[in-house]
Amino acid sequence: MTTQDNNLSRRDFLKLGIGALSALAVLEMSGVSLFFMQPRTLEGEFGGIVNAGPVDSFPAGSVVAFPDGRFFLIHAPDGGFLVVYSRCTHLGCTISWEADKNHFFCPCHASSFSATGDVQNPPAPRALDLFAITITDGQVLVDTGRITQRDRFTTDQLTYA
Amino acid sequence: MTESKLKLKEKIFYTTPSDDRSRMRTVANNLILHIHPTKVAKPALSFSYTWGLGGISSVLVLFLILTGVLLMFRYDASVENAYTSIQYLETQVAFGALIRNIHHWSANLLVVTSFLHLIRVFLTGGYKKGRALNWALGLFLLTLVLAFNFTGYLLPWDQLAYWAVTVGTSLLSYVPLVGTAVSNFLLGGPEVGQTTLRNFYAIHVAVLPAIMVLAMSYHFWRVRKDGGISQPESGDRERVEKVTTIPHLVQIELAATAVPTLVILVWAIFVPAPLEALANPSHPPNPAKAAWYFLGLQELLLHMHPLAAMLLPLTLFGGIAFLPKLDPQEDNIGIYFRSNKGRFAALLGALLGTILVPLAVLLDEYWLDLPRLFPTWSTLITTGLIPLLATLAMFGLIYGYFRGAGRLNHSEAIVGLFSFIMTSFVTLTLIGIFFRGANMALVLPF
Repeated sequence: MTTQDNNLSRRDFLKLGIGALSALAVLEMSGVSLFFMQPRTLEGEFGGIVNAGPVDSFPAGSVVAFPDGRFFLIHAPDGGFLVVYSRCTHLGCTISWEADKNHFFCPCHASSFSATGDVQNPPAPRALDLFAITITDGQVLVDTGRITQRDRFTTDQLTYA
Repeated sequence: MTESKLKLKEKIFYTTPSDDRSRMRTVANNLILHIHPTKVAKPALSFSYTWGLGGISSVLVLFLILTGVLLMFRYDASVENAYTSIQYLETQVAFGALIRNIHHWSANLLVVTSFLHLIRVFLTGGYKKGRALNWALGLFLLTLVLAFNFTGYLLPWDQLAYWAVTVGTSLLSYVPLVGTAVSNFLLGGPEVGQTTLRNFYAIHVAVLPAIMVLAMSYHFWRVRKDGGISQPESGDRERVEKVTTIPHLVQIELAATAVPTLVILVWAIFVPAPLEALANPSHPPNPAKAAWYFLGLQELLLHMHPLAAMLLPLTLFGGIAFLPKLDPQEDNIGIYFRSNKGRFAALLGALLGTILVPLAVLLDEYWLDLPRLFPTWSTLITTGLIPLLATLAMFGLIYGYFRGAGRLNHSEAIVGLFSFIMTSFVTLTLIGIFFRGANMALVLPF
């Protein structure tokens, strides 16, 4: 290796420059395409905050469906409120509440969930997802923009009036 | 004047000259025929060797492109109008139902023929002797076919479409690392909606066809570069008889075009493509099933944690992609099942698959309940890791049995194992199609 080899020849410099610029151009175009394709959703956009109604309209131990809000409002026997997303945690089908069997049921793969959203029958891998709720002036407000995942039901997930 | 006219005719169509030499020149000079060599090995033309599956698949792709372009003129990819535009197509557009039926049934048949093509190429060791790249390319084409079917499935925006895609995209989100990002991109929101429909439409009519045409061209060209389709080794190379492409290969290709055309046309005239009620996001049908070619996977999902149900096929797919590396013995190329022992192994593997899979399904459905046996363990272990390892162990056992008790060589044992895996997959699919009723409970179809 002579010292001259360490110096970049004009040809090599141009080659390298064209190569680097082309790579940069490809990178830029990929970046542009990627940003272009980005799904446009806003934080908390999904359904927004839904007023489910006054606290007294839900007897303890009841489960009420809100199809438009995509959730079920659960009033636990001890008085706590819980709101579960109506989307099965397995593969996203819409679950339904079967009052006679006291469970949520997903027709796609026969998963079932207890009245607190716990998995009763797999294949569902985890308990039903939760929507955040606040109780203001005796009204139950459900924030459908905030979805919380959980493994199983614990009592601290309940909100009391 | 007349000479140049004749030349144009020769370049685009072709006339059949009477002597071999001119026939060979015609192939070389013709726009369409020049994908073929001027002469082909006579044994490569044997129908019971290829069953014409690659050719039939190509013909189906041609139908799909032609009918697909027509459908694009009448379809509207919006949540408000998609379903109505299909109804309009079915009832008002002249030949609308026929064109849609041809498109639908060709797409379904293409899944079958390309799968069978894969099986045929495997059984004759068609990935050997430098054909590894084309084997991988073929697998890629098969996934393209499935992607085509999956994206096309959503477009009618009926109940079938909506829930199959809801299930399918949720399935994607279990793929490690990239799954959630891909699923979010496809959906464009938390649920299947307008963005999803538009994404799927763009992918179905623009992205995938472009990739498909390029990949198919490459697939064909590779066959040429690899020296034609796989053939048994002959001791003396000179002795393989070669015949001119015109008429020997071209006639077979015409037949392989005419027969599927007739079958598809008659089928499409008499059997309408399904169209259920308008998609309703709050009421999944019971049972909610994916498209039939995904029902094997859906059946697997009933028994395994989604992560395991994704990992198992992905592992197998990877194994199949690397078959040229896993099965390097090359002297048995072109021989169905590698040998008579291999044929026996394939038969036994198929038998085991058809017996063990229904047994395993029944066992898991009625007796075995691992999550209840170990309530404190995560479902990731009880319905994920344990069944996954059990399945893989079963594969190991079967391979070991063929090697040990069956005294087969590695290549033959792989044929047995492959046969077991494919038969199991087909059996799972059949269970999913015919033996799952309301609430996905096991039922008898009759």
